[in-house]
Amino acid sequence: MRIGILGLQGAVREHRLSLQACGLLPENIITVKKPGELDDLQGLVIPGGESTTLGLLMTKYGFLEPIREKARQGMGILGTCAGMVLLAGKINGHRQPTLGLLEMEIVRNGFGRQIESFETELFLPDIDTHPGGTKPFPAVFIRAPYGINPGPRVQVLAALGEKIVLARQGKLLACAFHPELTADYRLHRYFLSLIAESHDE
Amino acid sequence: MTEQDTFRVKAGLAERLKGGVIMDVTTPEQAKIAEEAGAVAVMALERVPADIRAAGGVARMADPDVILRIMDAVTIPVMAKARIGHFAEAQILEALGIDFIDESEVLTPADEEFHINKHLFKVPFVCGARNLGEALRRIGEGAAMIRTKGEAGTGNVVEAVRHIRMVMSEIRKLQNTPDEELMTFAKNIAAPYDLVVEVKRLGRLPVVNFAAGGIATPADAALMMQLGCDGIFVGSGIFKSQDPIARARAIVGATRHYDDPQILAELSKGLGEAMPGLEIASLAERMQERGW
Repeated sequence: MRIGILGLQGAVREHRLSLQACGLLPENIITVKKPGELDDLQGLVIPGGESTTLGLLMTKYGFLEPIREKARQGMGILGTCAGMVLLAGKINGHRQPTLGLLEMEIVRNGFGRQIESFETELFLPDIDTHPGGTKPFPAVFIRAPYGINPGPRVQVLAALGEKIVLARQGKLLACAFHPELTADYRLHRYFLSLIAESHDE
Repeated sequence: MTEQDTFRVKAGLAERLKGGVIMDVTTPEQAKIAEEAGAVAVMALERVPADIRAAGGVARMADPDVILRIMDAVTIPVMAKARIGHFAEAQILEALGIDFIDESEVLTPADEEFHINKHLFKVPFVCGARNLGEALRRIGEGAAMIRTKGEAGTGNVVEAVRHIRMVMSEIRKLQNTPDEELMTFAKNIAAPYDLVVEVKRLGRLPVVNFAAGGIATPADAALMMQLGCDGIFVGSGIFKSQDPIARARAIVGATRHYDDPQILAELSKGLGEAMPGLEIASLAERMQERGW
């Protein structure tokens, strides 16, 4: 299995370390800086960065259509924080280029500016089916977005009140927090399992 | 259990800025130009370092009105500078809702002995450092991000190169130092012992480390990235150049493709005049010597 990490800007190294911790070999983790490098990937991570900047650069370097095409062919995508914004189509109050793959509206910086950023614990029963109950997942929210109005194909995996912070649509996984900044790899493992499942089909 | 001002939340914002360019701006219009060129954040200032240097006198925190107008103009994070040791300026910046504070030697220091206790703030801080000891002292005080000091407002990259080379070579030395020698290593560089141990384990600083102070061209940005920086601050280099929009875009591109000389060659073409540079030996005051 070959997984790419969109290497335009953001927490690329941390995602690489998380994927390695899940057992992926370093040579199967590609830092993608050019659209051509998407070709033989089964999965792509769009890391946390600044979504305005990432959206601009994805447009400028011609990433949007190739990623859409790969997603249609079955490539899995994990979008964290800015990556969640970029996966969606409709952004509340902002006009910015996105992939438009995820059927959910996004509220950018939904929790406020940096001084309102926080970390908390989430229970993710759909992801961690560990016998004897689940262990809370450390979730770091930094100028984070959240989702609203999910479409029928979207499965909400975690929410804070009405604010959707983790959602799945087929092989797309959108996450408002930063799983790459904590040493808990269950979410990355779950993403890899989604790709592995579809591989067998 | 929800916590707001944890170190992970503060240092995490800096992680998100990696591979990006942070640009000094003095007006909302410049902030928009920076955002559209692909900056990951802007530094809101009244004057860029080159003008501060030329004007002389005491340089202070910018007028909150300037900062608020810049915050309104863009969606990327906005940083602002407080004087070294001036915790009241920092409190004001935090009250404005700024995303990051630069406790900066570019402004006239308010305290020649003590830096701000950055642990007391919810907002993260970035601080300048010329070597590993200085970087770890600032992190010990709560800084969530480090940058080279370089020599601001000169358009001369030589000091920033000196500072990143120094930090990287000290880290390499530390990695080859046996554990029983770490306390003496910490003593010699005047750094907190626990952070010295952590740097040895990680093989890098525990927070991101950007280049700052003298970056004026795409080649300068690529040089600093190849020397091991996580991203780039450009101060006077953009809006003191002949064609700020083209130069801003080119420096963003060079920071991303720092290891691809073909792309760098393309990016470096036809940018017009860079900012006028200054020889370090000719300076009346070296800003990097402010703070300790």
